[in-house]
Amino acid sequence: MSDITADVAMTELADGLSEATEVVKGAFEIDRSKAVRFGGLLALALVFISLVGMPVGMDGRQILYWINPDVYVNHPDGQGLSLGYVALFLWPLLLGWAVGSEVVLEGMAATKRGAHDLVTGLVVGVIGGLGVSVLTMLLAWDREINPENGVPAYGMRDPLVNWNEDLYILLTFNRGWTFALWAWPLLAGLLAMFGAGLRLMSDPIRKAIVAALLAIVAVSIFQFLVDDLLGGLGETIADPGRLSNFFGDDPDAGRPNVDSVFDGLLDFVYAKTGGLRLQGVIFVGVVAAGLSLLGSYVTRGRVKAARQAYLDRPVAERTTSSAIGMVVIALALIILPFFTGKIVNELLANVGIFLLLALGLNIVVGLAGILDLGYVAFFAVGGYTTAVLTSAGRGESWPSWVPLFVTDDGEAVVGGWIIALVLVMIFAALTGLLIGAPVIRMRGDYLAIVTLGFGEIIRLLFLSDWLKGYFGGAQGITNIEGADFGFLGTVTGVNPRSVFYLVLFFSAIAIYVSWRLERSRLGRAWMAIREDESVAEAMGINTVNMKLMAFVVGAVLASFSGAIFSAKVGSIFPTSFLILVSIIILVVVIVGGMGNIMGVIAGSLVLIGVLGGPKQPGLLQEFSEYKLLIYGALLIWMMLKRPEGLVPNARRSRELHQEEFLQDAWLKGEVDTGDDEGEEGDAVATEVAPA
Amino acid sequence: MTAAVRVKGAPRTGVDWFLLLLRVLLIGLIVIGLLAFIAQQIDPGNAFAKWTHDGEEASRLTWPQFRGLIVTGLSQGAMYGLIALGYSMVYGVLGFINFAHGEVFMVGAFTGFIMSTKFDEAGWWDGWIFIPVILFTILVCTLVATATAVIMERVAYRPLRGSPRLIPLITSIGVSFFIQNAVILLFGPGAKGYPPNPEWLEETIPGLGIEVKKLLVIIVAAISMAGLWYFVERTKTGKAMRAVAEDKEIASLMGIDVNRTIVTTFAVGGAMAGIAGILWGILFKSVIATTGFLPGIKAFTAAVVGGVGNLGGAMAGGVSLGGAEALAPLMLLEPLGVEGPSQLRDAVVFTLLILVLLVKPTGLFGERLSAEDRA
Repeated sequence: MSDITADVAMTELADGLSEATEVVKGAFEIDRSKAVRFGGLLALALVFISLVGMPVGMDGRQILYWINPDVYVNHPDGQGLSLGYVALFLWPLLLGWAVGSEVVLEGMAATKRGAHDLVTGLVVGVIGGLGVSVLTMLLAWDREINPENGVPAYGMRDPLVNWNEDLYILLTFNRGWTFALWAWPLLAGLLAMFGAGLRLMSDPIRKAIVAALLAIVAVSIFQFLVDDLLGGLGETIADPGRLSNFFGDDPDAGRPNVDSVFDGLLDFVYAKTGGLRLQGVIFVGVVAAGLSLLGSYVTRGRVKAARQAYLDRPVAERTTSSAIGMVVIALALIILPFFTGKIVNELLANVGIFLLLALGLNIVVGLAGILDLGYVAFFAVGGYTTAVLTSAGRGESWPSWVPLFVTDDGEAVVGGWIIALVLVMIFAALTGLLIGAPVIRMRGDYLAIVTLGFGEIIRLLFLSDWLKGYFGGAQGITNIEGADFGFLGTVTGVNPRSVFYLVLFFSAIAIYVSWRLERSRLGRAWMAIREDESVAEAMGINTVNMKLMAFVVGAVLASFSGAIFSAKVGSIFPTSFLILVSIIILVVVIVGGMGNIMGVIAGSLVLIGVLGGPKQPGLLQEFSEYKLLIYGALLIWMMLKRPEGLVPNARRSRELHQEEFLQDAWLKGEVDTGDDEGEEGDAVATEVAPA
Repeated sequence: MTAAVRVKGAPRTGVDWFLLLLRVLLIGLIVIGLLAFIAQQIDPGNAFAKWTHDGEEASRLTWPQFRGLIVTGLSQGAMYGLIALGYSMVYGVLGFINFAHGEVFMVGAFTGFIMSTKFDEAGWWDGWIFIPVILFTILVCTLVATATAVIMERVAYRPLRGSPRLIPLITSIGVSFFIQNAVILLFGPGAKGYPPNPEWLEETIPGLGIEVKKLLVIIVAAISMAGLWYFVERTKTGKAMRAVAEDKEIASLMGIDVNRTIVTTFAVGGAMAGIAGILWGILFKSVIATTGFLPGIKAFTAAVVGGVGNLGGAMAGGVSLGGAEALAPLMLLEPLGVEGPSQLRDAVVFTLLILVLLVKPTGLFGERLSAEDRA
């Protein structure tokens, strides 16, 4: 009896052992070349980021207010994990996650997840960490302490500006390079393993962890915004009488100072010197994870079902409900500036200016498929025309019949800006025609370069001494009056809230126009041209006129933005209209989602709002130095991985993934491609692609 | 369709009339400017000159000034030509404009800066040792630029093979933006000065009135061009490149490794840009992260002027563009009474690009494109 049990136990043990050895064996059966490739990539990325100066530059921003006083560079008294370290730690996590990704084709079994994923992650991280170790070693080797004053000097500092003591201290955790030698591979390895481990978890848990991490970082780096919003809201709740001051310039005027009701919460979460306290981290993490788990278990599938139910409703009903939604959003936006501080309002005004530009470019690039790299020219024309019409400081060469909407005492004429705007529109439309006509029949890529040339020509003309009497050359035009709307108030840069409203008004117009155009005959013609110009022409579309229309509409929208810009800034210089602006707007449109209005709005909010415009600071001041690099990287990455953008236009993304759709359809047996007539298959794909 | 040319037999629309007007206007301006220039060379006080110069006499251009302009134009044009080769070859093979090619040139110039300052610290950037040192520097710049171009192709363009035409173009804008800003962050935003050239390089050759360095630039460019011509026309790899440019599919059926050939194309184009980069450094003695942008666009213009895909055309286009850029401000704009004409040099180049595309879109020497790109 007991023998049998022992036997069974033995067999079970043996089975268990062999299973365990299987697992251990399996754990080391990793795709070595892939691991090494990703590891090398990680090493390169970490070294590049270090040399570019990101970790040191962002070391000033604390994420965690924490423990160790002797580690941090810019905060000798500071304590904790800085954004600089996060900029490095992020990559092992991401690449550890990415190394486990695989293309899953229909009909193929996905590889089994298991311990080998963790090992792969570890290998990737260790190799990446070794890259940093080598960098630290090189730094240490190049480091020479000046015997006279004890200041360390670096030989390679000459070409490489970030090759310095700050980087050395940061990378060695201020513990000497021998520490960094083993600490980095270990740290990166563990982080990458964690990243890879995320794939082994069940969906809800993974989501909860990611949500917690993101929330901690977001709450920490947006501390200023959270302070601003909760502070303002809390004060209003504590003293509702402040609402009566809402239409004044300063909500605080004449009210006693009150403490925001959220002060306690803010003090609990944030440290005095910036960054989250440990309790704040736990609080934010738990709340985010909890919400995510709640979301996963309670609403599982319901959101999708609700969306489907909504989409299944008749069009008329949907229009009503979306109209109601729009009104709600509009009201929310109108009230929003009262709760936010001056800086956030300024930020929103900037976002709006670029949103207008992006909406215009979206029509040109997104709908009509014309890659206009000189789009900034229309912005410049709008700005300069407004300046010429509303500034007493315009050049002296203007004949007197060119109107000037400034009174003799140098005040803006009431409504003058509106009349100016009409002229601006006309000029912008003419410029659109002038620039559009010569390029309209060119091949797409030639058109891009030639429009870029036009953009430069226009800027150079504004800059030149030749036209200095008109546009002021490099000195530009100053003393531009704000837009005076009589009893509605004056819009100037001093009052960002007023700029915000002006921008909001025009953005609403632009959004409405884009939305209507997209569904109009003209919009469909544009999309047809974008898809295939010859076919569109064969279908009877006058491609030349339609493309010119796109140019004109885009130009007018950009000129609105230019007019607001000049009223806001109060002075205008050729340096505000570099090619850079065109490219940043292009990035906004592409990252958001070409041809999709929601995408463009999201793109401007995220990119211009958070990272900042070409000269305008964004929410993340720490990133301002690196934002252009990030823009470039984003553009490449989006084109490679997701050319349809973050919020894709359904039709556009179908076009971009035509082949994949065809493949899917073929696998499902929906299309008969006629065996080997591949070309015909292409044509069929558009028809069968799911709507 | 390549450009703004009306299909034969189609009715003229408003746009066509406008384009005709534009052509007439631009060519008319050039003719009037040239005539005014000749007139003011003969008589600086002629009526037209007085009218355009607000009643004052125009100034004559002396022969040494003129010669100086031509030499400057030639040496700059030679560099544009070298960069244009890369654009032209890549366009010929892949059918897209590698917007980031200007950055390859900039990387070459930056490598030259780093090496030359290091050599200067060692005292090797002078005297006769300069010659082997500069040859070595050119070699390294070429290698670094080549590597940049090849990595670019591998990372950003290869995955996009076969996607719509504008997608790789937008990607290349991103690449250009990325490289530019990476260089700013790595090496600092300011202009970087090359060490002073050895004295003998700055001297003027007595009989010719040409500075030695400009002559050197022209000679190095000519040698590289000859080398490239030999490579493309006389070697097997060059033949493969031409075949791939003609038709990728047939070429691959003939046993040519298309991917490898494309990489070679990028590498060769990068090498030429690298050489142009170090030459630029020696000529202008300063480099900044945005150095690559304008020369890049101008080189593309040169490629278009010469006819895309046509190597000899690219070089000739570069030289004529350099010449136009140097001469036009003083020979066209100044006689027309434009103040500060040199400020508009870049505008001249862009106008030339537009004019060529309007009048002769296939370039002066004709395009050589594959069947699918001509469509």
